Amino acid sequence: MEKLLLRNIGVPGSHTLATYQSRGGYGSWRKVVETLKPEQLIDEVKASGLRGRGGAGFPTGMKWSFVPKDSPKPKYLVCNADESEPGTFKDRLLIEQDPHALIEGTMIAAFAIQSHTAFIYIRGEMVFGTIRLEQAVAEAYQAGLIGKNIFGTGYDLDVIVHRGAGAYICGEETALLSSLEGGRGWPKVKPPFPATHGLFGCPTVVNNVETLAALPWILERGAAAYSAMGTEKSKGTKLFSVSGHIVRPGVYEVEMGYPFKKFLEEDCGGVPNGKKLKGVIPGGGSMPVLKPDEIEKVNLDYESVAAAGSLLGSGGVIVMDETVCMVRAAWNIARFYAHESCGQCSPCREGCHWMEKIFSRVEHGGAQKNDLDLILNMAGNIAGNTICPFGDAAAMPAGAFIRKYRDEFEAHIAAGKCTVRG
Amino acid sequence: MALEFSPETLKTFEATVARYPQKEAAMLPVLYLAQREFGHLGPEAIEYVAKLMGQAPARVNGVVSFYTMYNMKPIGRHHIQVCRTLSCALRGAEEVTAFLKQKLGIECGQTTADGRFTLTEVECLASCGSAPMMQVNDDYYEDLSEEKIEQILDGMK
Repeated sequence: MEKLLLRNIGVPGSHTLATYQSRGGYGSWRKVVETLKPEQLIDEVKASGLRGRGGAGFPTGMKWSFVPKDSPKPKYLVCNADESEPGTFKDRLLIEQDPHALIEGTMIAAFAIQSHTAFIYIRGEMVFGTIRLEQAVAEAYQAGLIGKNIFGTGYDLDVIVHRGAGAYICGEETALLSSLEGGRGWPKVKPPFPATHGLFGCPTVVNNVETLAALPWILERGAAAYSAMGTEKSKGTKLFSVSGHIVRPGVYEVEMGYPFKKFLEEDCGGVPNGKKLKGVIPGGGSMPVLKPDEIEKVNLDYESVAAAGSLLGSGGVIVMDETVCMVRAAWNIARFYAHESCGQCSPCREGCHWMEKIFSRVEHGGAQKNDLDLILNMAGNIAGNTICPFGDAAAMPAGAFIRKYRDEFEAHIAAGKCTVRG
Repeated sequence: MALEFSPETLKTFEATVARYPQKEAAMLPVLYLAQREFGHLGPEAIEYVAKLMGQAPARVNGVVSFYTMYNMKPIGRHHIQVCRTLSCALRGAEEVTAFLKQKLGIECGQTTADGRFTLTEVECLASCGSAPMMQVNDDYYEDLSEEKIEQILDGMK
């Protein structure tokens, strides 16, 4: 398969403007600014079928079209480079190795909504990525690709690299905007949506790194070439970050609809040391775990993974072999959410901590017989009852681990200790 | 004497604020500047940033306390942060933390008596394919083993 998103990865000097341009880089940007009207650009991206790669899978062109054209306020384009979903490391690869593709995509999206200020909100811990991005932005300014009166067309655009400071929740788009406004990263109630009331109350679009990085290819080769790949509803290619018990961990680009089992066994080399697969999380830590028999007929696209009872999410694939204690895995994920809850909504703030405590006592001893139902009850009371999707993200994996490996959880409670690790 | 930026940092501060359409958007980068200048963000530093940004100290305190990368108390020269989330845990993160605790003679959240190392466990750092891993100050160290950790520590004065 031809690589779209990873086409420059591994090329010496892939992070420099010279290398990027020698491979056709910024050709799409020139084409967009010099020859397209914003509406034409939006139509082209709609026709490509590109959907947001941050986890929700919302159609990108449609998201852009919600921005009011006649608003007197400034408009903002924000790239969400706050990659923090457990098991996900694809955006970091693009940021560090192909920053110009991300910047070009950011600029194309900014043009689509006629924004003159774009922000790239990068995760605070990614210091190397920040340096790479800042160097790339400086190079692009120097070459006249960003700035005032670009290519003599009268269009102005500034790109600002902005570092977060350590908070998973800032990957949620309204929390990211609160953070960019200089406050605590607290999500906001929707509606109103960022498209009309975003950064500083102005029309704003937030797009993920992988979404934006796909744009230069789409504009270069055309919407039809992109939508020719993938399935009926999931078009193009997607990046998967593969980690855990797998022979070849790493970032893979596959065409949407690729068989999951074949992907794990052939592309990624399968489970190492002759061990058997016990479970796999297909879309990052927030998504329900799947048992080996549940992935038999699953394909890597939004619809197929959803039909199997999980979600494609960020494409963070975490593989667990037969030696893994599923109680400990569930506790690990619950602890993540307890640590990262922003504290705004009571069900999430209180519930995540209680789930973590109860999972911990199932694993370490001291659990009661009705503890599993207690967690399921709590998860049900968190999901759907919070301002942002974080509550669901904490509730979904907790419920899935218990329902799918209930015998193992019950054995722990009966023994008063971990029965897998001894 | 009350804390304040050096003339040079003050220039960087002004340039930072000037990049943003609204002054308050510069809060996070300004706090990074203050942390670099003052070592950590204690009450005095927070009050100074509040004055510079034209905001209430309570609001700045609220921002600082929300994010894990702002240190409200002094930390060691080398801040070791071990990722403990699932992908790293599956590949030996607990053993990495245990080895570091034993090697440094401290628990998580503590600093060595000589002020050299602070040890913290953190959540997913987006380096899951090269687990287990840790971040020390600005740098990632991946595919860790005990020998590798010893080499890394030896190189840090």
